[in-house]
Amino acid sequence: MTKTYSAFNIIKEAFKGHKGWSPAWRSPKPKAQYEVIIIGGGGHGLATAYYLAKNHGVKDIAIVEKGWLGSGNTGRNTTAIRSNYFYPESCALYDLSVRLYEKLSIELNYNVMFSQRGLMVVFHSEAEMEMAVRGMNAMMLGGTDARLLDANEVKQRAPLLNYRADARYPIHGAVIQERGGTARHDAVAWGYARAADALGVDIIQNCEVKDVIIEGGTMTGVETNLGPIRASRFGAAIAGHSSVLARMAGYQLPIHSYALQAFVSEPLKPVIDVLAFSSTYGAYISQSDKGGLVIGGGLDRVPSYGQKGNMPMQENVLSGIVEFAPALAKVKLMRHWAGIVDVTPDSSPLIGPSGVEGLYINCGWGTGGFKAIPAGGYLFAHLLATGSHHEISRPFDPSRFQSAQLIDEGAASGIAH
Amino acid sequence: MQQFPCPFCGLRNEQEFHFAGEAGKTRPDTMKEVSAEQWSAYLNHYNNPMGKTCEIWVHLPCQEYFVMQRDTVTMEVFASEQIRKDLK
Repeated sequence: MTKTYSAFNIIKEAFKGHKGWSPAWRSPKPKAQYEVIIIGGGGHGLATAYYLAKNHGVKDIAIVEKGWLGSGNTGRNTTAIRSNYFYPESCALYDLSVRLYEKLSIELNYNVMFSQRGLMVVFHSEAEMEMAVRGMNAMMLGGTDARLLDANEVKQRAPLLNYRADARYPIHGAVIQERGGTARHDAVAWGYARAADALGVDIIQNCEVKDVIIEGGTMTGVETNLGPIRASRFGAAIAGHSSVLARMAGYQLPIHSYALQAFVSEPLKPVIDVLAFSSTYGAYISQSDKGGLVIGGGLDRVPSYGQKGNMPMQENVLSGIVEFAPALAKVKLMRHWAGIVDVTPDSSPLIGPSGVEGLYINCGWGTGGFKAIPAGGYLFAHLLATGSHHEISRPFDPSRFQSAQLIDEGAASGIAH
Repeated sequence: MQQFPCPFCGLRNEQEFHFAGEAGKTRPDTMKEVSAEQWSAYLNHYNNPMGKTCEIWVHLPCQEYFVMQRDTVTMEVFASEQIRKDLK
C-alpha cells in the first residue's frame, strides 16, 4: 500500500490504476482503556493527539468525535490565519501557530494550502490610524511582523475596495501582516488526522460523550454511545460546547456560546489577493482558490447553540461588505453557515486544568480558533503529557480569572466581539 | 428576524434587546470576607446551558431589565417577566 503523498508516488500509482492508495486513516473500534482520550475531533483535538504522539511519545491515544472530523468550527470558519495581536502573551501564542502553519504541509505530508497572501486591517479616520500605529508597535514588540500602509498603498494592494471621497468610511490606511493568510480548513483537519493515525492514534468518529465517569474526584472514563471508554487523562477540545461537558463534570467556565456566521459567494475571477478587514464596517473578505469570496463579520448578539445564524447580523455584515467593496453588490451568495464559538470575557483562550482531576481543557478561542490550531494542539499536548504548562500557554491558564491577570484582547486589538 | 417580548412594550425586533447576563446570580456579600474564587465565580463563571435557559435582558428603547426564558438551541422564547415590583 502506498502511504506517502508525493509526485513520484502519484506517477507510480498511475501505472497501477491508483489502486494502491491506503485510506488516510483507520476507523477502529474503541478499546476499553486508553492512556489519553481527547474529546473532540476538530482541528485542536486532532493536532493535540498528533503532537502528543509525535513530541511526547504517548502511544495510547484515542480521539472521540460525536460527528465526523472537522464537522464543528474547523469546517465552519473563514480560514484566516494571523498573529496580529496586542499583548506579548498573545503574540507569542498566535505567532507560534503561524510558524507551525508555515511548515505544516511538509510536517504532515499533506498540502494544507497555507497561502501567506497578507492580511490587511483597514482604518477609516486619523484617530483610528493613531490607534493602528500603537497596535502595530505592540505587534512588533511582541515579535510579530506588521507594516503601516498609507491610503495609496492600500489602493495598490486592493483596488477592489471603496476609495470614493463620499464613501461612508473613507480609507485612511492599513496595517498589514504579510505572513498572514489562509489555509484549506478541511485539509488541516485531515492532515492532522492522517498524521496522528500513522502514529497509532485511534480516531473514533460518531462517538458522542454522553456523560463522564468520575471516581473519588478523578475523571476515569467517558460514557459514550459506543459504551464506556476509560483513560487516565482526558483533554477536551470542544469549543462552543465546552460548557456542556463542564456541566456533566461539575465545573463552570467563563464562557458564553454564540453563533458566528460566515458566507461564501459564487466563484469569481480573482478580484482581491489579500485578506481585507474593517472593524468599522464590521466585516472582512478574502477570496478562496476556487474564486469564492469568503466573508465574515461579528458575532450574533444572542447567546446560542443553534448552528444557524440570525438575520440582523447577516444584514450588518453584508451591508458592510457592499460599502467596503461596492463592486460586489450584485454578487450572489452561494452558501452561508454558522459555528458555535466559545467566547471568554477577555477574548483569550483557556488552556489548563478543568478543576476535575485528570481532565484538562483547551477552549475559549472564540472567533479565532482555526488560526490557533497548531499552537493549541502543540501547547495542549505539552500540558497533557507533562501535567504542567509550556511557558507560552501559562498566561492562558483559567486561574487568570481569579488573579485578575486578564489578557484582554477584546479591548486591546479592537476585536468587535 | 426574531421578535422578543418586552414585558412593557410587547413584541419587538431582536436588535432592540441586549443580553445582560444569566439570571439567578447573587452578588457576594461584601460585608463579609469574599475570596478571589467567589468574586471570580460571580463575575466570570456561567452555566451557559444548551437548551432551556433563564436570562436577564434589557429592552434598549425603554431601558427595562427583565427575565426571559428561552431555548438556546431552537431559539424559542417561552416567557418574559418583569423584574421591577409594582408599587403598592
